Amino acid sequence: MSQNAEKVLDHFNLFREPEYVNLFENKRKEFEFMPPDQQVEEVREWAKTEEYQAKNFAREALVVNPAKACQPLGAVFAAVGFEGTIPFVHGSQGCVAYYRSHFSRHFKEPTSCVSSSMTEDAAVFGGLNNMIDGLANTYNMYKPKMIAVSTTCMAEVIGDDLNAFIKTSKEKGSIPAEYDVPFAHTPAFVGSHITGYDNVMKGILQHFWDGKSGTVEPLVRQPNDSINFLGGFDGYTVGNLREIKRIFGLFGIDYTIIGDNSDVWDTPTDGEFRMYDGGTTLEQAADSLHAKATISMQEFCTEKTLPFIAEHGQEVVALNHPIGVRGTDKFLMEISRLTGKAIPAELEKERGRLVDAIADSTAHIHGQKFAIYGDPDLCYGLAEFLLELGAEPTHVLATNGGKAWEKKMQELFDSSPFGKNCKVYPGKDLWHMRSLLFTDPVDFLIGNTYGKYLERDTGTPLIRIGFPIFDRHHKHRYPVWGYQGGLNVLVWILDRMFDAIDANTNIPAKTDYSFDIIR
Amino acid sequence: MSLTVEQVKQRNKDLIKEVLEVYPDKTAKRRAKHLGTFEEGKPDCGVKSNIKSVPGVMTIRGCAYAGSKGVVWGPIKDMIHISHGPVGCGQYSWASRRNYYIGTTGIDTFVTMQFTSDFQEKDIVFGGDKKLEKIIDEIQELFPLNHGITVQSECPIGLIGDDIEAVSKKKNKEYNGHTIVPVRCEGFRGVSQSLGHHIANDAVRDWIFDKAGDKHPEFQTTPYDVAIIGDYNIGGDAWSSRILLEEMGLRVIAQWSGDGSLAELENTPKAKLNVLHCYRSMNYISRHLEEKYGVPWVEYNFFGPTKIAESLRKIASFFDDSIKEKAEAVIAKYQPLMQAVIDKYRPRLEGKKVMLYVGGLRPRHVIGAYEDLGMEIVGTGYEFGHNDDYQRTTHYVKDGTLIYDDVTGYEFEKFVESVQPDLVGSGIKEKYVFQKMGVPFRQMHSWDYSGPYHGYDGFAIFARDMDMAINNPVWGLTKAPWKSAA
Repeated sequence: MSQNAEKVLDHFNLFREPEYVNLFENKRKEFEFMPPDQQVEEVREWAKTEEYQAKNFAREALVVNPAKACQPLGAVFAAVGFEGTIPFVHGSQGCVAYYRSHFSRHFKEPTSCVSSSMTEDAAVFGGLNNMIDGLANTYNMYKPKMIAVSTTCMAEVIGDDLNAFIKTSKEKGSIPAEYDVPFAHTPAFVGSHITGYDNVMKGILQHFWDGKSGTVEPLVRQPNDSINFLGGFDGYTVGNLREIKRIFGLFGIDYTIIGDNSDVWDTPTDGEFRMYDGGTTLEQAADSLHAKATISMQEFCTEKTLPFIAEHGQEVVALNHPIGVRGTDKFLMEISRLTGKAIPAELEKERGRLVDAIADSTAHIHGQKFAIYGDPDLCYGLAEFLLELGAEPTHVLATNGGKAWEKKMQELFDSSPFGKNCKVYPGKDLWHMRSLLFTDPVDFLIGNTYGKYLERDTGTPLIRIGFPIFDRHHKHRYPVWGYQGGLNVLVWILDRMFDAIDANTNIPAKTDYSFDIIR
Repeated sequence: MSLTVEQVKQRNKDLIKEVLEVYPDKTAKRRAKHLGTFEEGKPDCGVKSNIKSVPGVMTIRGCAYAGSKGVVWGPIKDMIHISHGPVGCGQYSWASRRNYYIGTTGIDTFVTMQFTSDFQEKDIVFGGDKKLEKIIDEIQELFPLNHGITVQSECPIGLIGDDIEAVSKKKNKEYNGHTIVPVRCEGFRGVSQSLGHHIANDAVRDWIFDKAGDKHPEFQTTPYDVAIIGDYNIGGDAWSSRILLEEMGLRVIAQWSGDGSLAELENTPKAKLNVLHCYRSMNYISRHLEEKYGVPWVEYNFFGPTKIAESLRKIASFFDDSIKEKAEAVIAKYQPLMQAVIDKYRPRLEGKKVMLYVGGLRPRHVIGAYEDLGMEIVGTGYEFGHNDDYQRTTHYVKDGTLIYDDVTGYEFEKFVESVQPDLVGSGIKEKYVFQKMGVPFRQMHSWDYSGPYHGYDGFAIFARDMDMAINNPVWGLTKAPWKSAA
């Protein structure tokens, strides 16, 4: 017996005790009928080869460890960014349980979202009754200011019509006729979570700008000098949006953050549960029509929203998740151009500080090879930053990246001598990445929590940047945008590098001559 | 200060009335049937269960896919489980349940991987059967050591009428009898994950037992062979359970399904006794094994020393005196450890009140462990329990316990606000709500990334964790000092 009341052993150490090791061995030997060790070893080695990679890349149907989620997740992400708004997902309830868990595991925060709980009868007869009853229940119980409706694959396959259903629900008295219920169809078998963000964001703007599904007159644009800001689906939304507000504050401009979910996923622990906190007000959402321009931080996250906004007369600017010096430069210059205001001296000083930090540390990063995976815009921003650090973003992979992204990434590689040997992989998954890391190894890997399997299997140190991050805490509270954000990313990269160097040099009397105290 | 049982019952009644007031009439009527107070001597907890959730509320429930892939099939380690349909379901259930296993992931074991057919619009329009065939071919090529494949259907599969059974049969023939199991666990089926457990059990019956033949003739049985049924090895639970069964002289020939392998599933009909932990998710297959193969089954509970000792004796009662003696020896061996744990933690936890809301078996099974630490359960309920779960619960709860079936987020918050427990045990979706309110919380699905909690080794961890949750200094910080004076 190895358990001890004074020093309780939990799973980290308990199962290394001899009686458990013995138990595992016996189980395997007697009952599991697993392949012999030698065969496992052979296949393991084979899976590292060029031959295996060729077969792996020849895959046409199977997807293994994809770096993307489905549309409805992005729909919820966008909807919670509005004041007093509850996302209402029309479909089966299990999906909503998954979205709520997924966000809670990343942000370590509650995520409020309801479902119309469709089951077999709804599959046969359609989900209209679920919508009618569901909207009434949500409205009465959670007293939201707005209910933002999206769909799951189930509702889409049976062809439920949200516009008609919401209209009927209002006629039946579930919710008042003038109550705001923007909607968007977000089938899980089209695009990914970034598509869901895009559809809901467009759906909400369309609701307010274009006459609330025919219930009121469309708004008429009366241009002002305000700037709209769209963050896109972003795991750093808490830290990033606060940084953006600070930057806009320094500029002293009028702005609206459309879909500001920075507070709802960062509520205080003070004895009160805030189901709604912060968010873009409904008035702001409507008034954002009149803004001079809209800046999107993520082009591939706003592929439908931006043209919709442009059609309404605003200038639109699309960036690609700017991280680092040039990305932030471009962002600030666009603000300056759009508003006619000079870039604040304080930000210029911050720029200098980031450049200073890069100059101090870049020798460690220069020439290092990186593999990156994540959403298309994030991959772009990270690759752009790595190039300016003198690193080589050798493999850049986005499961939800398409042809336009591929082209854009290639142009980025072509713009820098460090991009010469870099390659972009749209539509590939993390099992493809695994092959790449074996056949064409890199020094570091950047990606979300799932990259820890790649780190283990290929020995490539992982720098956790992306969504979701489940196994490290509080990263989402820090920005990656702006010069301050660039500094954060720089430090995360450097910390992991130094950890790797120390781990590689820490054997006494053997490798510790390089176990330096100053680096 | 503390209320009498009658006062508690009255408070519960008022509280239930209060939470129902917010609903439209129709919904209030429906929800009223799921909320109540346990009355001593009654045959069940007096609430309805296993009924459709009300639309538009925050139900904590999942779906049939979650019950099949997420709970029952997912932990079978040497098989590849295809999340068949769009990408999301597989993504959200990817490695999040902590079903520990030993194996070389990606080579001979696959639990913490996400295999999906990643349905696109064209697959919905033209059907996905051809794609599924190709996926199976690709799996066979890239993962040659897999021992079998399951097809876990997501919502669209049933809706568009794909014939995954025909594909499975065809491929089974093509690959010389390779085990391929279609599972009709579309998320819209049934009212919760519970139907998914049943469907998954039926798939084991139809596609493993009926097709296994005598694949492992070298397997020699003994009179002491048992199978662990319904332990998912969360944080290693099944291991800290298995070790006790082996110490009492039994031979565990299969683990279902945590750290389980296809061979173990196939071995199970040869067991002399099935020991069933999660009754809810695996009573179906246990009954089938009894009916078809004559293997009796017995429920047990390995949370806390009182229930562990009871359970070890109950299991031993199916065997000869040598096993009964060894069971007593096991209980005696761990007694000093248990005493030390209780001596250390009970003084810090005595009298603390707990509210639970979990899935399968835990709303009742963990109560004994809390009581071993001097704690009291004042409210409990099931996400997806059935009437027989609420009957079994009567053996665990005290008169006046608040009972809430398929509780909505709103109801649960109101109940906790009013009852003011010292600890809430529930899941990830509830965790942060209650922590914001300043109420200590433990995730009782995932053990809050700790564990194991089963068995004697697990109880020490359980006690430590409850203490660290309740007596954490952070709860003294929730109110700003300039506020608490007011």
